[in-house]
Amino acid sequence: MVEQHTVTVDANEAVASVAYRLSEVAAIYPITPSSAMGELADEWAAKQKPNLFGQVPSIVEMQSEAGAAGTVHGALQAGSLAVTFTASQGLLLMIPTMYKLAGELLPFVMHVAARTVATHALSIFGDHSDVMAVRQTGFAMVCAGSVQEAQDLACVCHLATLRARVPFVHFFDGFRTSHEVAKIVPLADDDLRALWDPELVRAHRDRALTPDRPVLRGSAQNPDVFFQAREAANPFHAAVPQAFADALAAFAARTGRGCRPYEFHGHPQAERVVVVMGSAGATVRTAVDALVARGERVGMVQVRLYRPFHVEWFRAALPASVRIVGVLDRTKEPGAPAEPLCLDVVAALAGTEASPRVVGGRFGLSGKEFTSAMALAVFTHLAGERPRHGFTVGIVDDVTHLSLPWDQDLELPIPGATEAVFFGLGADGTVGANKNTIKILGDATTQHAQGYFVYDSKKSGAMTISHLRFAPQRFEAPYLIRRAGFVACHQFGFLERFDVLAFAAPGATLLLNAPFPAERVWDELPLEVQQQIVQLDLHVHAIDAAAVATAAGVGGRINTIMQVCFFALAKVLPLAAAIAAIKQSIQKSYDKKGEEIVRRNFAAVDLALSHLHEVRRPAGPPTGRQRPPVVPAAAPEFVQRVTAAMLAGQGDQLPCSAFPPDGTWPTATAQWEKRAIAQQVPVWDPAVCIQCNKCALMCPHAAIRAKVHPAATAPKVLPAVAWRGQEFPDHAYTIQVAPDDCTGCGLCVQVCPAKDKQNPRHKAIDMVPFREVAERERARFAAFLDLPELDRARVAKLDVRGSQLLQPLFEFSGACAGCGETPYLKLLTQLFGDRLLIANATGCSSIFGGNLPTTPYAKDRNGRGPAWANSLFEDNAEFGLGLRLSVEQLAQRARQLVRVLAPALGDTLAAGLLADTKRSEAAIAEQRQRVVALRARLADLPVPEARELAGLADHLVQKSVWLVGGDGWAFDIGFGGLDHVLSMPHDVNVLVLDTEVYSNTGGQASKATPLGAAAKFAAKGKAVDKKDLGLMALHYGHVYVASIAIGASDAHTVRVLREAEAHPGPSLVIAYSPCIAHGYDLVFGADQSKRAVQSGVWPLFRYDPAHAERGEPPLVVDVPAGSIPVAEYMRNEARFRMVEKIDPAGFRRYASGAQTAAQRRIAVYQHIAQLRFPNAAPAPTVAGPTVDTSNPQE
Amino acid sequence: MDLSTEYLGLCLPHPFVAGASSVGDEVDRVRRFADAGIAAVVLRSLFEEQIHHEADAHHAAAFGHADAHGEASSYLPEVDGCAFGPDEYLAHLAAVKRAVAIPVVASLNGCTEAGWVDYARRLADAGADAIELNLWHVATDPRVSGAEVEDLAVATVQSVVGAVRIPVAVKLTASHASLPHFAARLVAAGARGLVLFNRAYEPDLDVEALEVKTHMEWSSQAELRSRLRWLAILSGQVPTGYAASGGVHRPLDAVKAVMCGAHVLQLVAAVLRGGPSAVGQMVAGLRDWLLTHGYTSLAQLRGSMDWHRAPDPRAFERGSYMRLLQTHRMT
Repeated sequence: MVEQHTVTVDANEAVASVAYRLSEVAAIYPITPSSAMGELADEWAAKQKPNLFGQVPSIVEMQSEAGAAGTVHGALQAGSLAVTFTASQGLLLMIPTMYKLAGELLPFVMHVAARTVATHALSIFGDHSDVMAVRQTGFAMVCAGSVQEAQDLACVCHLATLRARVPFVHFFDGFRTSHEVAKIVPLADDDLRALWDPELVRAHRDRALTPDRPVLRGSAQNPDVFFQAREAANPFHAAVPQAFADALAAFAARTGRGCRPYEFHGHPQAERVVVVMGSAGATVRTAVDALVARGERVGMVQVRLYRPFHVEWFRAALPASVRIVGVLDRTKEPGAPAEPLCLDVVAALAGTEASPRVVGGRFGLSGKEFTSAMALAVFTHLAGERPRHGFTVGIVDDVTHLSLPWDQDLELPIPGATEAVFFGLGADGTVGANKNTIKILGDATTQHAQGYFVYDSKKSGAMTISHLRFAPQRFEAPYLIRRAGFVACHQFGFLERFDVLAFAAPGATLLLNAPFPAERVWDELPLEVQQQIVQLDLHVHAIDAAAVATAAGVGGRINTIMQVCFFALAKVLPLAAAIAAIKQSIQKSYDKKGEEIVRRNFAAVDLALSHLHEVRRPAGPPTGRQRPPVVPAAAPEFVQRVTAAMLAGQGDQLPCSAFPPDGTWPTATAQWEKRAIAQQVPVWDPAVCIQCNKCALMCPHAAIRAKVHPAATAPKVLPAVAWRGQEFPDHAYTIQVAPDDCTGCGLCVQVCPAKDKQNPRHKAIDMVPFREVAERERARFAAFLDLPELDRARVAKLDVRGSQLLQPLFEFSGACAGCGETPYLKLLTQLFGDRLLIANATGCSSIFGGNLPTTPYAKDRNGRGPAWANSLFEDNAEFGLGLRLSVEQLAQRARQLVRVLAPALGDTLAAGLLADTKRSEAAIAEQRQRVVALRARLADLPVPEARELAGLADHLVQKSVWLVGGDGWAFDIGFGGLDHVLSMPHDVNVLVLDTEVYSNTGGQASKATPLGAAAKFAAKGKAVDKKDLGLMALHYGHVYVASIAIGASDAHTVRVLREAEAHPGPSLVIAYSPCIAHGYDLVFGADQSKRAVQSGVWPLFRYDPAHAERGEPPLVVDVPAGSIPVAEYMRNEARFRMVEKIDPAGFRRYASGAQTAAQRRIAVYQHIAQLRFPNAAPAPTVAGPTVDTSNPQE
Repeated sequence: MDLSTEYLGLCLPHPFVAGASSVGDEVDRVRRFADAGIAAVVLRSLFEEQIHHEADAHHAAAFGHADAHGEASSYLPEVDGCAFGPDEYLAHLAAVKRAVAIPVVASLNGCTEAGWVDYARRLADAGADAIELNLWHVATDPRVSGAEVEDLAVATVQSVVGAVRIPVAVKLTASHASLPHFAARLVAAGARGLVLFNRAYEPDLDVEALEVKTHMEWSSQAELRSRLRWLAILSGQVPTGYAASGGVHRPLDAVKAVMCGAHVLQLVAAVLRGGPSAVGQMVAGLRDWLLTHGYTSLAQLRGSMDWHRAPDPRAFERGSYMRLLQTHRMT
């Protein structure tokens, strides 16, 4: 039995628990990787869990981190104990307020899961670039290096800030610490109470703003006094270290766990010392121990109190014997003489007697692995004759040659540790089961446990890799397992694509989930895997977990089945005890979901072992088939060289020279990543098809496509039928699935209206098992791609049917199966893709749109396609406006040059170029031809203007600028900017993909969340209805505003997007986007969209200022609402239904309120729809070409 | 005029009961009907299969995407009390019981043997005065005989009756080869009441979309006739409590059903259309009819036209019109 009460939690939970209990007000905003802290606080408050003072803290979600900072500022000034949690860009948004908090000497703690700040690219992973950006604010800064330490120092910071009256940033490494699950000793309420000093709280309250003792704060001061007043606070900052040290001492006295602000570890006469912060400290310590054991005089200093940087204490931590100090910074500050921690160390040691040499280096940016071998490399570097300053470790820098070499095969083992690595599919529950395994082992044994989970960038068919360690003694190993004694591959297909066994130690146990009988497993293994098994002498076991799951009725959730197999094979716990513990956790986890679920999961557990078999190796050499190449030979050079390595999980091996230095990345790469994740794919029956193209329109992944092609040359392998249309005589029509790119969501079949008259169960497309048709459909898709793309200018009518004959330039994204956002984006690229610029706010659409290794925006046969960029979450509207301004400016300059050069160009060509006023596809094609002719003539003109015009000529073809983002951006964090951009006359188009929550960070409520919907931060149902963004925008009068729902009315969607693009001023299109956070199977996304429209919660309307100019009502409500009750819509989604389950009366109130709100909204729209404005004035627009939306061939 | 009746061991002041419908969906509504004098209320069925489906769907929604991406470990909030079992129904049943003094009958449609028994027990524990087993079953498998279907139903009734102390009624469909035989088996198995008949969603076709639509309409008075036939045939031969459900829209319908042997009359369309005031009108109408026709009590009326006592019992058996010449009196 364990001697001390322990829990297995991650740092986010451990820190949040302390912060929650010691706070009265929390203002938060979701941002990875800190979101969980705020979510847990909200969850506990929703459950009425009291803080240490017997009160439920007030938890509020704000519109941005800037808002959260402002709110805690107010709460502190009014005398409460406040807290917030954030990371990265969020922390940067708080900076202005942080100066205020520190300047006003407010006791406060901000817990930060430190994360990379976006530069050339966004990254959600951990480094110190965010916290280093606030080191100048006057906050004290404390860095924790492990889960246990994060909890403990969280408490110490809350104690110290009250003593010091200086606010604290308490930070720990994002993901590496925030998401590591570890066994720790928790802080009991009694511990906190014993350490807490109510007098300090009273003093804080006494300083609060109150009209009973009125004072003024935030005055404006002039040169006469500001400086002096600023310096007057010096004693408070000077006293922080002692306050922190005192709190540490008190904490140690109470808990027996102590650490020092600057802690030396190593040889007492160390000559080489590494200074480091955060989780890397444990890694360096391991290296130091290994070197000291070899007799080397080395050591390390772990910096915990970073601000104020206490020079004397730091110096005192260093042995006098030190001759060289290597400072490791987990950040990069281009242009600085050294990174921040290094500069602090240099400053601290300056002027000391025999001051050691200091060199700085960088490591671990964006969560890059930092291993003991890398730490050893740093010590080796310091031992050199002339150690280089400004080195890097952990990468291969073949550009500036700053990186240190390290032994990539070297590992420092953890004595007695069991190490296990699991490859799972995101949806199969592997990570959840492994978290549970850690908990079981942590709780039931004296073993110390650690779990860390690596996710890929996809939201569908994602791979997870779980790293689990268990050891009899306490250990810290903040790096991945490299050679495990147990490797499990829960998806057999991964063996084809990844080097799973690279993680296997010699003699390891390999557990496979194989969809074959045990006797066939060996033959199904790729040759490379067979060879590794032989070479490493692995013990292989297999189970057909899917069959067991089916038999037990648990669907695709194979997690508990594989968990039982792990315990049976790894023997880390007596099997009977393990199974009992698994069942207990099933009962705990699933009981509230329903007894039947529990029963079935129990059945799955009971069935597992009888299906687990050892896989015997046949005699003789391996004879399996070779793995296919990661990308086909036809892929471009960059994809072969760079992308393929990333896809194979070898991105860490790529040197600096492989990368564009400014973040520029080629598009059209998703086509080279063949994931084959669908269990079922659609197959087309031409005999039944009515050629409506709805399947292609609704497909979230552009994985089912339509083409019209010359019938005479149609390849035999491809099914085809005569095209039913006048505009392409002698053409054939084909619908084809991209089998390896389909996610199997089934939306296409769901929306297909064409049924076989003899057998209506059979549609024009039916889902069939992938394995049955994979090879045939692959061949067909290859032939389909070889067909010529249709000439855009020849498509007569750009409606639903016509638009889907155009090549999608957004394909095969990693979005969720059934995603409600991507069909809009795909359609956008079909309508305007070859002249499209997209400014994309951070969120789901920026992740599936721009997260490496492959990205979905593509190019047409001319090499044109969407140009896409993500600036930030909060500034997307402004960023997009900038794109527009630039495009306008360059186009204007091009036209100016055409006028200047007109005599030389010829009047006809010049006039044609300047007279381009249409945006029809035919007109655009004509203009492109003129540009070609222009370039030809410019080549013969030896004047500078000609050269300049040649560079700008493409701007003579109008560009379509779209500002894309989710509701979190448009309704909340980016609303100010969006509102301002809409208030201007510039021709930008805004597409809001409204999922009604912050989807990307896990479903937190936004101002778009509807009344009564459960979301994070609104667990019992959102108490107020969503903001009517459209209504707000249309009040400007000159903004084209529309609300669309592609699943409810696809024709309306296509029409709106075209009208919005054609509108010469700003346009705002709000798109209903079904999302997994709504809580239903997204195969029914279109059906639910219809219910949303029919009930009136999502009215479809268009507000076109041009109508007002013509004296017509500017607003048109396109689909009558109110044909079904709102409650009927609500009851189909778990987000509403769970509210009904926990609070039936509340649900009825919400449903009634939502019904009323919907009716009122419709009434307002209908009222506006009847308005005729007198003296309609022309809408303000930027001077430019007039627009004709009609296609001349229509 | 004594209109009292006994059904499922419940002494009721008159035979008008609110049948399983939206009347029982809201506590306030039940209260309004109770205030208007309804004798008892039957709540809508608790469907075990529906609970399983919803639990599965919610489980997939809550866990299907959990721990799959670095930025989000889940996409729905974690809340206590969101259980997909019978709890919602049980809580409602208990709330209705607390709100009204009239008997409250719970209705159950199970899909597993354990579900029938377990849920029935919980309904009893939640305060139901009786349980109506909704044995709705559409046989679709040609390998399963009618006898097997009936055996299963009888076994289910036996299990439930053995598990609860409150009275159990069985709601039947008319589609049995020998309803009297089946009814007798159900009563022998412990059923203390039979409800004639179930009215379920019926399929319709959308011939444009080529889809099957399920449809439910309020009963029509014409539906009363099949009830009358089987009430008359069963009540005289299989002694138990009888409820007529479907087609009782006016007091005269009630008179007919009671004459054929009904102890209670489950009203749905009549009260949904007429609201709480319809209850008083039905009671008054029944009373007036009895008075004007010289009856002294409802008991005197009950069964007076059943299969044993009706002047021409064969009329209950006839499937088609018979000409006079084909009908002769055996002397």
